[in-house]
Amino acid sequence: MALKTEHMVLNMGPQHPSTHGVLRLELELEGELIKKVVPHIGYLHRCFEKHAEAMQYNQIIPYTDRMDYLASMYNNFGYVIAVEKLLGIEVPERVQYIRVIMGELQRIASHLVALGTYGLDIGAFTPFLYLFRDREKILTLFEMTCGARLLYNYMWVGGLSHDIHPDFQRMTKEFVNYFKPTIVELDNLLSYNKIFIERTANIGILPIDTAINYGVTGPMLRGSGIKFDLRKDDPYSIYDRFDFDIPVGKGIYGTVGDCWDRYYVRVREMEQSLRIIEQAIDNIPEGDVQSAIPKRIKPPKGTVYTRVENPRGELGYFIISDGNTNPFRVKVRAPSFVNLEVMGELCKGHLVADVIAILGSVDIVLGEVDR
Amino acid sequence: MGLLDKEFSDGNIVIVKVDDLFNWARLSSIWQLGFGLACCAIEMMATSASHYDFDRFGVIPRNTPRQADAIIISGTVTLKMATRIKRLYEQIPDPKYIISMGSCSNCGGPYWEHGYHVLKGVDRVIPVDVYVPGCPPRPEALLEGLLKLQEKIRNESLRKKSA
Repeated sequence: MALKTEHMVLNMGPQHPSTHGVLRLELELEGELIKKVVPHIGYLHRCFEKHAEAMQYNQIIPYTDRMDYLASMYNNFGYVIAVEKLLGIEVPERVQYIRVIMGELQRIASHLVALGTYGLDIGAFTPFLYLFRDREKILTLFEMTCGARLLYNYMWVGGLSHDIHPDFQRMTKEFVNYFKPTIVELDNLLSYNKIFIERTANIGILPIDTAINYGVTGPMLRGSGIKFDLRKDDPYSIYDRFDFDIPVGKGIYGTVGDCWDRYYVRVREMEQSLRIIEQAIDNIPEGDVQSAIPKRIKPPKGTVYTRVENPRGELGYFIISDGNTNPFRVKVRAPSFVNLEVMGELCKGHLVADVIAILGSVDIVLGEVDR
Repeated sequence: MGLLDKEFSDGNIVIVKVDDLFNWARLSSIWQLGFGLACCAIEMMATSASHYDFDRFGVIPRNTPRQADAIIISGTVTLKMATRIKRLYEQIPDPKYIISMGSCSNCGGPYWEHGYHVLKGVDRVIPVDVYVPGCPPRPEALLEGLLKLQEKIRNESLRKKSA
């Protein structure tokens, strides 16, 4: 007699220590093997677009902070660039330089959380503590600049909320010098750790064509070996002035595009961010950071789409203006949301324990997925 | 235990009120449910990480509600999440405590006016012991909130829970 079998459905989340927020994954299992993964989202839908309809242009900036709360500076950055493009205003050089420095510091801070919690998810507790120690140093820099640790509302349309502190340049240089050896420490502690490699190499391989078909961007796409970075390929602000490389996955311990590659791309990206900061920090020109801030933001009718390279990928803002003080609509192309879609492809045929490793390497922020 | 050993070397007897003993034990090891909701969860993580070290107050994240004593509601509670939070709360064994962290879970915060999917305060579904203001609160503020909770537990009586 044939035994009747059926797949088991397992819910992972919304309360789960390693879903990085409130994500529910519906896993369909055959024994330990994963047949299907369906992400259920919407547990953190905070009505961003509704707020964008109801608010004035500058009032939306705090809400962009709260989308990708690990990279608030960069969300501000993308939004203000979009509005400035709509208004057609030039921002002073000093503002541009400070924005780039803040953006790159934020990229490091964001990657530190991503890498730290990634280690935590698959059983390495120590790197988490080390990396949060370093992240506090970046947060100190942000705090002395704008008074906030996490959600900054720092970049305004046409300028910045505060000028940098007189000590900022010195302390940033100190941080850069301090942080360089720390990356080596991280490599020894986690990247080249045998257990870590066993858990991540050859797991969740993302082939190039799948990545492109799903519209995956950021470290995930670069982990698959594609050299695509908007800072180089579609330079915004003043990124074309700096000299930096784009790290890509090479499949050192496994296949190109596995979890380890995605992890490693993030580690190497932090080095490149340090390079950009080093080049920018000494060249900040003098000037007033608030001189170009418009008194009243009332852009002409029209639409604009800008995209920036957020720590998680391509962050796009599509703004429709109907000539009023409020935007008609603001649509956000959130990198985490797009990257999350590929989960189903990545998990197929892997074991349950690997879902954690794969999800951590995708590095989602639920605030941005649900908006 | 070194200091205590020296204090009571001959197998002495300590006389203590039951209330005090229970309260002391409860407030010194508040195990929180490892559960992050939104932005505030990052500050909660920062609080338990190296710089601020939640552990020194006996706060250890547990990943199942059945082993937890407290929840820190760290972030925006949406309508979809509210029923889940209620269920998590109900799974925690008594005595249980709630810290509401940040404006969103206190009252809806910046999403108060137009947030059609945001619960305007987590106290509409579960009882809250300590409210920590801020958007997000600094780790120091969360620590202060914890100290307030400890103070509250210290004054509890077994016969009736303090108001």
